[in-house]
Amino acid sequence: MITTTPDSKEVAQAPINLAFTSEQKIAALREMLRIRRFEQQALKFYNQGKMGGFLHLYIGQESVAVAAASLMNGHDEMITAYRDHGHALAVGMSMEECMAELFGKATGCSKGKGGSMHFFAPDKHYWGGHGIVAGQVPLGLGLAFALKYKQIPGCALCFLGDGAVNQGVVAESLNLASLWDLPIVFIIENNGYSMGTSLERSSAIDNCLAERAAGFNMKWSVVNGSHFYELRATLHTSMEEARTTLRPVLLEIKTYRYYGHSIADANHKKYRTAEEIEQYKENHDPISCWQHQLLEEKILTESMLESIDGAAKEEAAASVIFAEASPWPEPESIFTDIYYEVDQASEAGRTGVHFFSDSR
Amino acid sequence: MPLITYRKALNEAFSEELTRDDSVFLMGEEVAEYNGAYKVTEGLWERFGSKRVIDTPISEAAFLGLGVGAAMMGLRPVVELMFWSFAYVGFDQIINNAGCVRYMSGGLINVPMVIRGPANGGTSVGATHSHTPENLIANTPGLKVVCPATPYDAKGLMIASIRDNDTVCFMENTLLYGNTGEVPEGSYTIPLGVADIKRLGTDISFIAYGRAVLTALEAAEILQAEHGISAEVIDLRSIRPLDEETLLTSVAKTHRVLLIDENKPFCGVSAQIAAMIAEKAFDELDAPILRVTALDAPAIYSMPLEKLQLPTPERIISKALTLF
Repeated sequence: MITTTPDSKEVAQAPINLAFTSEQKIAALREMLRIRRFEQQALKFYNQGKMGGFLHLYIGQESVAVAAASLMNGHDEMITAYRDHGHALAVGMSMEECMAELFGKATGCSKGKGGSMHFFAPDKHYWGGHGIVAGQVPLGLGLAFALKYKQIPGCALCFLGDGAVNQGVVAESLNLASLWDLPIVFIIENNGYSMGTSLERSSAIDNCLAERAAGFNMKWSVVNGSHFYELRATLHTSMEEARTTLRPVLLEIKTYRYYGHSIADANHKKYRTAEEIEQYKENHDPISCWQHQLLEEKILTESMLESIDGAAKEEAAASVIFAEASPWPEPESIFTDIYYEVDQASEAGRTGVHFFSDSR
Repeated sequence: MPLITYRKALNEAFSEELTRDDSVFLMGEEVAEYNGAYKVTEGLWERFGSKRVIDTPISEAAFLGLGVGAAMMGLRPVVELMFWSFAYVGFDQIINNAGCVRYMSGGLINVPMVIRGPANGGTSVGATHSHTPENLIANTPGLKVVCPATPYDAKGLMIASIRDNDTVCFMENTLLYGNTGEVPEGSYTIPLGVADIKRLGTDISFIAYGRAVLTALEAAEILQAEHGISAEVIDLRSIRPLDEETLLTSVAKTHRVLLIDENKPFCGVSAQIAAMIAEKAFDELDAPILRVTALDAPAIYSMPLEKLQLPTPERIISKALTLF
């Protein structure tokens, strides 16, 4: 478990946090609340059978995606795994398109073809949303490689979970990033459990996961995910390091999820105690911590908080209405968005048979 | 027209595209300073430098995935697998990422990448280095598969594949790299999804791709000389997209079909094409659709036995004769 320490004066006084305006601080709170309210609505309707597949909730971890998104410079690129709703909303995707995707509707961000684990918005520098554990990590390398190749002054933010670190491709990717000087920040969101297996039962470590970076000659750091200023200060330093020196950095962010691995994870109160969950909610909840901070700074008042939260709840409820009212995708759409050339009806797309079903 | 090797034809294709388009780069194990394990990329690192021709560590999953990520961002990676057999340690990146990301993003993303290298048996390197995954890859909608048999086709198909905006899995053959053929200088493309009739005939259609085309041509000559049977030899060139029309036209002319490939028979490419012909041209057939494929066992090491494992002219001829 993470320890409780208030935001130290030092991180709050970091230049990147001094430059963080009151409006931006409130906006960060708003984003975290929007993510939480969105997912609570999603949970409600998932439990009513309105959605297929899995629903991996980000509740408890909201500060991480919001802090990272608040530091993106317009050239930075983000990619994550399947617990991707928070990142999607944080980069500016709308609740409507995200909720509609969960409902499998044509108005969804992936037209109902991707589902919960596969949200994308390349126009917002957001490259998914990937379902296979660690499968996105080398894609993140590719984003960083392309930035460097095109001499774009940005970095890639590549999120992964604590369960992903034991996939072979992560070791390969850390090596390549360091070997080739790629501008990438690997961000392990360590919520303590890879599905039902605790960190202790899955990873051979001495002190932390991040120190594995040392074996690849890479800088690393461990951050308390409940402390927004600390998150921003460390993320900023790491992103600047990647952008300016083209050296990769590995961060491990200590965080926690309140729900199971997915909502289908019926055992999530068996592999950890109810007290552990309550303790986190009480003492480490990233939204409560940030609210408390902003109340102390007198930037936020209780009535403002009520109004921000109320608006987030309304927006989330409206996104459900939008999703429910939206049409299902047409059966014909099964055969689109497979080959670019076919979709464009280019010469290449019109040459030869691309699909082999009788029903087409 | 200059007579050059299959290897050199591919090299020329890379050279043309590296010159034409700054977003094209080559990447793989030993492709740069070593000049390529099979010398396909010889001289390109010296000419184009380390930014465009890149040696990788032995990390197929990472550099295949890196290629996908870079392609999503608009670059055009040409990623070499020293053997296509090594794709198996990076399959997640090929199938789940290159193959599915366009669909799962509702068409927001495309992956203009070429994954290439030799995919063949017949060289006594044992089962793990002798895989022919064209059927496995072609089973994934979203990926394209190309298997050229001649130097001319190799160059034109490679240029078309690099310019294609989808991922093309380009399967070469170490036994063909040294073969020579007439190849035009400069740039030209051969569209994916267009088969080539390598030999006109009237009595039976031999449908093949890759090195099996050459075996089929050899068999066709013997069949003509010794049995007076005129075989038409069709080279698929591309497995997906597939030129069904050329196949069906040939079947309608000859009324007999023998499928020849170095893939394994079970759920192999020939199985798919046999099903397609049965569905679409059953009434044209005067005989059952038969196949000559690799013998259905892992690739054996022992030299004389491995020769028997792949289709031979003798096996083709004896199978063809049963159809008359």
